[in-house]
Amino acid sequence: MPAGLNRALLTVAGAIVAVILAIAICSVAIVAAGGGPLDALAAFFDFGATERAQSNGVAALIDRAIPLFIAGLAVAIGFRMNLFNIGVEGQYRIAAICAAYVGSTFTAPGWIQISVIIIVAALVGGFYALVPAVMKVTRGVNEVIATIMLNYIAINLASYLVRGPFSGQKEGDLTTTTPPLPESAMFPDLNFVFDWFGMVRPTRAGGLWGFLLVAIVLGVVVWLVLERTRFGFNVKASGLNGPAALASGVAPKTMVIAAMVMSGAVAGLIGLPEILGDRGAYNSNFTAGLGFLGIAVALLGRNKPAGIAIAALLFAFLDRAQGALQEAHVPASVVTIIQGVIVLLVVIANEITKRLALRLEERRAAQQLARNTPVEVTA
Amino acid sequence: MLGKRFNRVALGSVAGVMLMAAAACGGGGGGTTAGQEPTGGTSGEASKGALKVGLAFDIGGRGDKSFNDSAYAGLEKAKTELGAEIKEMSPSTDGSNRGDLLRQLADAGYNPIIGVGFAYAEDIKKAAEEYPEVQFAVVDSASNAPNVTGLLFAEEQGSYLAGVAAATKAESGHVGFVGGVENDLIKKFEAGFVAGVKSVKSDAKIDVTYLTPDGDFSGFKAPDKGKVAAEKMYQSGADVIYHASGDSGLGVFQAAAAAKKKAIGVDSDQRQTVKETDLQSVIMTSMLKRVDVGVFEFIKAFQGGAKGGTNVTYDLKVDGVGLATTGGEIDDIKDKLDAAKKDIVDGKITVPAKP
Repeated sequence: MPAGLNRALLTVAGAIVAVILAIAICSVAIVAAGGGPLDALAAFFDFGATERAQSNGVAALIDRAIPLFIAGLAVAIGFRMNLFNIGVEGQYRIAAICAAYVGSTFTAPGWIQISVIIIVAALVGGFYALVPAVMKVTRGVNEVIATIMLNYIAINLASYLVRGPFSGQKEGDLTTTTPPLPESAMFPDLNFVFDWFGMVRPTRAGGLWGFLLVAIVLGVVVWLVLERTRFGFNVKASGLNGPAALASGVAPKTMVIAAMVMSGAVAGLIGLPEILGDRGAYNSNFTAGLGFLGIAVALLGRNKPAGIAIAALLFAFLDRAQGALQEAHVPASVVTIIQGVIVLLVVIANEITKRLALRLEERRAAQQLARNTPVEVTA
Repeated sequence: MLGKRFNRVALGSVAGVMLMAAAACGGGGGGTTAGQEPTGGTSGEASKGALKVGLAFDIGGRGDKSFNDSAYAGLEKAKTELGAEIKEMSPSTDGSNRGDLLRQLADAGYNPIIGVGFAYAEDIKKAAEEYPEVQFAVVDSASNAPNVTGLLFAEEQGSYLAGVAAATKAESGHVGFVGGVENDLIKKFEAGFVAGVKSVKSDAKIDVTYLTPDGDFSGFKAPDKGKVAAEKMYQSGADVIYHASGDSGLGVFQAAAAAKKKAIGVDSDQRQTVKETDLQSVIMTSMLKRVDVGVFEFIKAFQGGAKGGTNVTYDLKVDGVGLATTGGEIDDIKDKLDAAKKDIVDGKITVPAKP
């Protein structure tokens, strides 16, 4: 199909132009910050001098990408039906602390223990997303406002819970933490994968997190549900044209609730790779802000699981270089600038290529029409 | 139509994939050359020749004109006086890569490595287990491994002196305390300050506000909240406010300037470090926490062969804490402060560490 090919070529060209422009703009920022753009570029690919450092760097990259990927998925499910679930941040924080606490209260064989923790996290995340969904369908409250407000409640509730009812034995009494999870709750690592590539195993705490497998399964499931089921079709139909979907028998209220809860349930899992892979508790070092990053990752990945995976890896790749950049005397904050610029440019490039492709398609269709139906109009 | 869309996604991300592939190649290429060299355990031996000191800041890191910059001053002193090669690193804004920074420093042959701030406790413990040949130190947290030294400060003692100064200078007998985050560390400041104030005026009115609850560290970076809290205290009659709130202290100083009253800085000599000249004059004194002394002394002790596993507390006795005299505003009550300091050093006064 020449039209499809044209479109694909345009998209690739758009992406390449976006990345080149991003590099150019960021070079200016790096020079302004007093660093060398080439040093910075080299730093991104500098994984350290020793084999051990390289393995640790690769593990750190993938470990960072796992929660970003899940966060992107959570946001994307809402986006697919034009629901802006800004509440992913709050949903995952509250889900993480509840799951970490519940997991610490009992000991069972590993797979049961981990399954219970995952289910609790998904339930809590889904339930917390149900609140804005119900507000939207019963009272018409805009989900953006509701979820932003619920974020504040969740964040403060989580910091209250970790100090109060869910608090465990503190270490050094300055940090806060939930009670430690039993050994059986720790997800086995995937360090053996490094053997396949002839690399040394990473020594990084937690190594390559085994939750990667859960994330991959989750990505496949979300793809199947959205692309290969009637439910997924209804979600997209409601997102593309609500009234049309309603006219063809899709109940919009049910869809809003279902999509929000699904988004929240996935969001509930964002914190688990870190808790089950490394920390063994929800504590004051728990990584915050992943829910907001998930919005950028979903945008960059165009709300498709495959795209989100690539976007998450790209973000993680940039984040990993924070240390290497400082080694090269480039301020690490350029990473944030690069991430922002890439997201903006890719969104712009998408829009431009979409319009260009549409125009090409129109022209082609018009030519075809002109050729095929010469006389019948006048008859 | 769906198929077409999928194609677009797949092809649109080719650029990203290429970037990834290049990353993998870069990593692998480096591996072949480095593989010929022995790795790991030798870094401890190498450091005997050249002292290579790594230091990792906490979020908000360098340039805070306070805690972190004080640590850096100690590091720079080690460079000039001990001839150390130094390297400092700051974590990402969400702090998720603290552990990786420590590993990176260890892999690059830095020994000893210092983590600034109690948030490093957990990551230093893990890094210390992974790199048993490297010595670590953590500021504001206790030692938790055989090769980790805890660098602690008797903040309550310094805060006691700040309380004495505040109560003596406050004519209304009304003072205030603004804490950044309501955790046990900042409560130490409050406890010492309150004890110091009460030692001068037992009936003094003391307003206490914390900007954020425990676990939410934004209270150290919220000058707007600090300003609101301080404005309220000044309006209700407080004459002097002592802050232990990191960057949020700037808001306290702004409120003090607006109310034409006084404030007490924290960690470093803030009358010198605050950029705004109109704010400098409101800073009566600052409670110094000599992180620079702690960092430098640790590096010096390491060079002398000291091993970790213990805590070192920097208190009034070794001038690890104290009051700044820049501006000369507390010169007239120097005798009173010296007497209080002597009582604490001699053990006549035991300052509580909990409110």
